[in-house]
Order: sequence, then C-alpha cells, then structure tokens
Amino acid sequence: MITAAEQTRVDYLNESYGIKSWLLTKDHKRIGLLYLATITLFFFLGGAFATLIRVELLTPQGGLVSSETYNKLFTMHGVAMIFFFLIPSIPATLGNFFLPMMIGARDLAFPRINLLSWYLLVIGGLFALFAMLAGGVDTGWTFYTPYSTTYSNSWVIATAVGIFIAGFSSILTGLNFIVTVHRMRAPGMTWFRLPLFVWSNYATALIQVLGTPVLAVTIVLVFCERFFHIGIFDPALGGDPVLFQHLFWFYSHPAVYIMVLPAMGVISELVSVFSRKQVFGYHFVAFSSMAIAVLGFLVWGHHLFVSTQSVYAGMVFSFLSYFVAIPSAIKVFNWTATLYKGSISYATPMLYAFGFVGLFTIGGLTGLFVASLGIDVHVTDTYFVVAHFHYIMVGGTIMAYLGGLHYWWPKMTGRMYPELWARLSALVIFLGFNLTFFPQFILGYLGMPRRYHNYPPEFQVLHVLSTAGASVLAVGYLMPMIYFIWSLRYGKLAPANPWGASGLEWKTPSPPPLHNFDETPVVTQEAYDYSGVIGEEIEVG
Amino acid sequence: MASHSESLALREQFDTEAQQKEASTLGMWIFLITEVMFFGGMFLAYTVYRSWYPHVFAVASSSLNVYIGAANTVVLLCSSFTMVMAVRAAQLGKRNAIIWFLILTLVLGGVFLGVKAYEWNEKFVEHHVPGAGFHFEGVPQQGPAQIFFSLYFAMTGLHAMHMVVGVGLLIFLIVETRKGKYSASYMTPVDLIGLYWHFVDIIWIFLFPLLYLIDRHLKT
Repeated sequence: MITAAEQTRVDYLNESYGIKSWLLTKDHKRIGLLYLATITLFFFLGGAFATLIRVELLTPQGGLVSSETYNKLFTMHGVAMIFFFLIPSIPATLGNFFLPMMIGARDLAFPRINLLSWYLLVIGGLFALFAMLAGGVDTGWTFYTPYSTTYSNSWVIATAVGIFIAGFSSILTGLNFIVTVHRMRAPGMTWFRLPLFVWSNYATALIQVLGTPVLAVTIVLVFCERFFHIGIFDPALGGDPVLFQHLFWFYSHPAVYIMVLPAMGVISELVSVFSRKQVFGYHFVAFSSMAIAVLGFLVWGHHLFVSTQSVYAGMVFSFLSYFVAIPSAIKVFNWTATLYKGSISYATPMLYAFGFVGLFTIGGLTGLFVASLGIDVHVTDTYFVVAHFHYIMVGGTIMAYLGGLHYWWPKMTGRMYPELWARLSALVIFLGFNLTFFPQFILGYLGMPRRYHNYPPEFQVLHVLSTAGASVLAVGYLMPMIYFIWSLRYGKLAPANPWGASGLEWKTPSPPPLHNFDETPVVTQEAYDYSGVIGEEIEVG
Repeated sequence: MASHSESLALREQFDTEAQQKEASTLGMWIFLITEVMFFGGMFLAYTVYRSWYPHVFAVASSSLNVYIGAANTVVLLCSSFTMVMAVRAAQLGKRNAIIWFLILTLVLGGVFLGVKAYEWNEKFVEHHVPGAGFHFEGVPQQGPAQIFFSLYFAMTGLHAMHMVVGVGLLIFLIVETRKGKYSASYMTPVDLIGLYWHFVDIIWIFLFPLLYLIDRHLKT
C-alpha cells in the first residue's frame, strides 16, 4: 500500500518527467541509470556472440559458421564485453549513483562532464555497433599488429574509433571521481572514514586517468598505420609490431584492474553489511586497492612472454606479477576474517559475494600459473588463459556487479526484488559459470588453443560440458533481467534502509531526493560501525 | 550558500566558491596528466626508434630547418607570456587588458600554426611525406627515415591539433570576457585555459630539440 505521504514525496525519479528530463539530466543518479540501460544492452549483445561461439564449439568439425565468421564472433564478443560492458560496469553505474551519496555530496564535481561521458560511451558504442552490423571485425579484441594494420579486411577502424571515443568516456568518469573524492566529501568524512567502495573506485579512477590515454594514442597510431602506412608497426620499414603489444598492454593489463577493483569495493560493502561487522583491517583493504592500482602498471610484460621479449625482462615482469597477488590476497583474507564470528545473513547480495570470493580466488591463483615463465609457455593462447580471465571477469566482476545491483536496487528504484528468485539466480549463475569455465582449464592444459573453431574429437566432451554450462549461465543472467523489471512495478516498496546498513546512502529515503540529502550529513564515526546492532535480524523481503 | 547567492558562477553541487575553484583546478591538472600520458605513447615510439636508428634519425633531422623551428619556438614562448599577462589582468579585473592580451596570444598562436603549415608544405615538395612517394637522400635505409618523418608528422600534427583547440578556447574566452563574465572574483576559465595553453607550449619545448636538434653534435 502506498500511503499519502509517500505518494507526494518528491524524489529524483518523479521530480521531472519526459525524455528530455533524462537525456539532458545532470543528476548523477539518473546518469547512473542511463549507463545501466546502455551497458545492459551491450552485455546481452556480447552474450549473444558468446552463445554463437559456444554453439559452434559443440562439434569438433566446426560446421555452423566459417572460420572467418568465428574470428569475428570472438572479436565482437570481446569488444562488446570489455570496452562497452566491463570497463564502465561498476564505476559508471553503481559508482556514479553511489559514490557521491557515500561521501555525503549532492552530486559529482562535474555533472555536465558526467553527462558528456555517457554520451561519449553511446557514440563510441554506435561506432562499434555499426562495425558489427556492417560486417564485423576479425582481429581479436587485442588488435595485434601487423594483422590489424596491414592484412585484416574487416571494420578495424570503425571499431577502433568506437573504442577511442568510449575511452574518453572512461577518462572523464575517472577524472570526475578523483576530483569528487578530493573536494566533495561531507564534513567529518575523512579519508579513513570513506567506505571501501569509494577507495576502490578512487584507485580505479587513477588507472582510468593514467592508462586510458595510452590506449587512445595507440589507436591513433594504428589509425595512421592503416591509412597512411607510416611504418611504426611495420617490420618491412624497420618498425616493430611488438611495440604495439607493449603500448596496448600498458593500458589493457591495468584495464583488468579497472574491471575488478570496483568489484572488490562492492564485496567489501556486502561482506561487512551482511555479517554485521566492520571490515577486518580496513586500512589494509583500502591501501591494497591503491597497491593494486600502482603495481598493475608494472606487469604488462607478462602478456609478452612469448613475443620476443628479453628473458630478463620476462623474469622481472613475472616477479612483479606475483607481487600483485599480495594485495589481492590481503583482500580475500580480510573478507574471510570479517566473516569470523559475524552475524551472517544469506541474503542474495551476500550469496553473490560468496560466489565472488570463491571464483576470484580460483581466477587469482590460476593467474599465478600464467605469471610464471615456464608454465605460461605451455598454456599461452590456450583455453587455460581463457578460463583464467573469465574467472576474474565473469566470476569476479559480474558476480560483484550483480551482487551490488541487488544490494542497492531498493535504494535506486524504491522497490525490493523478489528474494526467492534472486537467491535462485545467484545459485544458477554460480553453477552455470563453473560448468562453463572449469572444463576450459582442463581443455587448455591439454593443449586446446583459443580462437580456433575446430578441434580434435577427443576435446568434444569438455566442450559439450562448457556449452551446457553456458546455457545454464544464460538462464541465470536472464532471471535478474526479468525480475528486476518486474519489481519496478510489482516489487514491495523499499524502506530507507532495508539491510540495516551503516553507509550514508542509506540515511536518505529510497529512492533519494534530487540532491540526495535533505541536509548535508555530518560524519562522526568510522565506516561500517555495527557495534550497536550486533545480533539484529536483517529483514529480507 | 545564501551569502553567495548573488554570484552566478557557483554551481549547486558546491558549498563555496573556494571549493568550486579548487575542484575545477584539480580537474584541469588531472586532465593535463592524461595529456602527458597521451603524448607519452608517441614519445615512447620516438625513443625506441631513435635508439634503434640513431644515424638515420640524425641525418633526417638535419633536413629540418632549425632557424624556422627556433623562430617558431620564440613565437610560442611569447604567446605563453601574453597568456600569463591575460591571467594577471583577469586577477586584477581589468577587462580590456584581458581582451587585448588574449588577442595577442591568439595572433601568436596563429603565426605558429601558419609557420607550421609552411614547413609541412615544404615536406610535400621535398617528398619527405611518408607514403608511396617518399624519398630521402643521404641514407641507405629509406624505411627508418620514413619512420622519422612519420613521427615528425604524428607528433607535430597532434601538437598542432591541440593548438587549434587552444585557439578555439581563446576565441571563447574573448567572447565571454566581452560579455563581462570574468572579474577579479571569478576568473577560473581564464586561469584553466591558461594552464592548457602553457601545457601545449611545453610539449613543443620537448618536440623542438627532439626533432630539430639531434644532429647538432655531428656538425661541430
């Protein structure tokens, strides 16, 4: 039942109506929702490509699509998922919506730039979509030269221009976040009272700002090489194609941390709220985000172990790559320690968080396999690598993204999602994910190379398992899509703080008013202070 | 907030003008850092190929006209000086002085771009433009020589593109100043576009010796 008071309350969703009030909005909350709609579209587009890939791999002889089409499928899957879904996923939706609220600000520092960054993502996305519809691109999402610059006859430039433009979207989001965290914190919100989600988004923003321009200039050089044949990546003129790999991975390895750091921030929030305890070792978790951001810039060479890179450089990069495992492990251990003697609730967001911790651990540990020089030679460009990074990107980032979406959905929409269906989706996704990707570790270790659409018959059993898992996973992803939309109309009305959480974003009504808080909050305590509520039951809708 | 209500410039997400100014300034500096990384990729490519082909780069560099390059450097340094004077005039709230110094900056920027266009045209005449018609006398390896000129065009081209953006920003500032938007209490855009202008200037300070002067030690 909607009471009269609730009916008349003005919030960010009903303070103005019409398409213009959304397309010209400067409200970070509405822009967050615009991002949510956009990246959901790209998620299902990338998912459609993945479906075709998995169907193709059901049989060893590869009869469904030609090799050329298959090359385009995995390329477009990667481009859509990485540049137009994973990179913007958590920062641009949940970060955009909640970072200002968590620090007690009315908005980001630069609301117009925030809107501009959404438009840049859309324009970049349209370029990429055009390239996909016009015939696709077949270079792999890595665009390695000289294939991409000299030989490929597909839509390399249209796609690259799309990625270039979307890159500026990412840069501007990062810039906005850094300035906002520095300058917009509410009175009393000191650096070490910041929620860990803010810390991890801040660390992410540093990578976005320092790394993405290097990708941009690399794309400019590829563009020049392809159109004017300037020779920089062309061995025939004395240029070096491997220089491209260095430049590309100087961005694209840190980009992995752009994708996973915000996810770690979400997990810190969830683990704390649903075990009713302060995050164990707050300072370590905060600084481990910064350590990952910094170290992430020093490891790109582990993508070049078999690309003529000097073996001494390889040793250094291998060592540094191992080093990144330390801050990552600090997080995993500290989340686990947070659970210890906590008052644990198994609400949906927490189920996703558990899924994240387990899958990220497997993804992280197999990362050590591929960071070691000897084993990497054996598994380079095999399904082992594919499985490894899907455990991080899908098992990690997407689990956390969905967990965060469930956790904050009541705040964003004012409605509760159906708890039973949501728990079921978490379970289906977890099972489907493991069935899809665990067999790929074995496939890769046995020698199945990535990016091939036919394979020896003895690999078929594992491929069939993987495809079966992908079908389960697809059902798992469709479920939230359906019940989230359903909940917008039929979901139970959400109270201001359904989880009994301590963050500032829960101290304002659901959905929040236009300027987030009726009065600027004053912060007097540390983040995650649950000392007063131990043992209190969480109400689960 | 109420005490600042007479100011048009304070946006609603900020509490005070000081906070707004600090945020804008920090934002600009971060943007300039992204620019450093953006140019950085090209400087890296330059470093790699110059260390691989030092002789070809030295000889190819000697074909550039040092005197024109040096004169253009002076023009650009002068434009930075006039930009500083415009910022100073803004701090003092002297509207006419702002406009005149901005116009001077604009003219000097235009001169720089004009000279650059003349130099590029020379390259076309001499067949020093990378591509099918490329030919460079004096070194046996045409490929690396072509890479030198590729980098020359890519780096000076990217720099010139930033100059063109800067010229657009200066025109914007002149129009806004004429409307009376800036005063001693609010002159953030003048300040920040000044930072941008100096940044583009500094890029050239690196480009000039790296492209024009690398053979100097060979001739003495």
